[in-house]
Amino acid sequence: MELSVDRERCVGAGMCVLGVPEVFDQDAEDGRVLVLDAEPPPGRRASVRLAAGVCPAGAITVRE
Amino acid sequence: MHHHTPPPHPEPVTLPVNRTEGCPFDPPAELARLREERPLTRLRYPDGHMGWLATGHSVVREILADRRFSSRQELLHSPIMDLGELPPAMVGDLTGIDAPEHTRYRRLLIGSFTVRRMRALTERVEQITTEHLDAMEREGPTADLVEAYARPVPALMICELLGVPYADRELFQDHAATLLTQSADEQERDTALTALHEYLRNLVLAKHTEPTDDLLSDLTAADLTDEELTGIGSLLLVAGLDTTANMIAHGTFALLSNPDQLAALRADPDLADQAVEELMRYLTIADPGVRAALEDVELDGQLIRAGECVTLSLQAANRDPSRFPDPDTLDLRRKATGHLGFGHGIHQCLGQQLARVEMRVAIPALLARFPSLRLAVAPEDVPMRAATNIYGVERLPVTWAPVTWDEGEADGAQRRP
Repeated sequence: MELSVDRERCVGAGMCVLGVPEVFDQDAEDGRVLVLDAEPPPGRRASVRLAAGVCPAGAITVRE
Repeated sequence: MHHHTPPPHPEPVTLPVNRTEGCPFDPPAELARLREERPLTRLRYPDGHMGWLATGHSVVREILADRRFSSRQELLHSPIMDLGELPPAMVGDLTGIDAPEHTRYRRLLIGSFTVRRMRALTERVEQITTEHLDAMEREGPTADLVEAYARPVPALMICELLGVPYADRELFQDHAATLLTQSADEQERDTALTALHEYLRNLVLAKHTEPTDDLLSDLTAADLTDEELTGIGSLLLVAGLDTTANMIAHGTFALLSNPDQLAALRADPDLADQAVEELMRYLTIADPGVRAALEDVELDGQLIRAGECVTLSLQAANRDPSRFPDPDTLDLRRKATGHLGFGHGIHQCLGQQLARVEMRVAIPALLARFPSLRLAVAPEDVPMRAATNIYGVERLPVTWAPVTWDEGEADGAQRRP
């Protein structure tokens, strides 16, 4: 799984952090997405896909 | 370019707004029929505009995420009443503008509403809920849950966060309510907005001279005019006062009306996060959304022409059986993630993580404090809000008096201990 985020698109809703805090965080200053783990382990990939799916700004891309 | 003729349209509809009597939690029944037949259909707006109504989860979501659809207020038509030509959004009103203007404001704010920062407020929400539950207990064993609990808890939180003195609430609370009332005429809205802005403008000036530890003070250092900051402050205050308050009260009403779900939540506090998402889906109190097409857009096999408005029924989308099986059942254990209760797209609720923390704390704390909590009136006598952008109860009379023989089950299961 290849995970990338577009911080220009991010609107800081926090849905990804809510769903998978092990993989996503928000920058303490600007509130936008940060990736903590760009190669999430197999057991976490389903929730990463879900997080990408619910991102309101389409800022998360997952390639497999 | 496609040149095929779109299929003939059925007769345009008007937006269904009447709920079935005795079903205070369900959307107008007509929406389900429309969603099944044509999740994107022609809608006749009260001002004569001919646009669209979207009721299916996937099409609503798609439009909210599509930047070819605009939120600019001056392009919109109300599906509820004839408001004439709408003016552009007030300066600082994020909800009625598009990128890049929207991006600029939103980016100044999101750092203050992150998951982490909102969760750090948990303890403060717990203190405030405890204080209000204590007061209810002292003055009980009956209360109007709205007045005693659901309204003040989020109001105190948004006031503290923004740096608005809660003691001034007489100066802004009623005006905030007027702005969300659909039946308010133009003059009433103008009066409310002017008064609210006047209040915030003075506050912003005070924050310049005497900054305090709060969001409005922080924002005085940002690249914003006082007019912009006044507008942003007004929006955040209104949004914080009347949204979560309705979720707490209406959510409690929904739980009291679904005893099995209430019991499940009482039995398993770990269910609270899921319960909040499911209540957001099931109740969808902020509805509908409206967008205007900036160019011709082909969607769902239909052609939406530039300038046409689409009304997005979030409540219909959140009851779409193709997305949520058995959608009309409140099921706290379901995976409700992906609901559109906070919207979707770049305008998705800025305060959603604050709302989650407030609901997550306030609803379970209420249930834990009063194990015998129940309605003090018949469910059909709970007054529902009408003609407002945020649905909910006007009042929620509750009691936690010991259950008497008269009220108890015939087998005495609820008998006084």
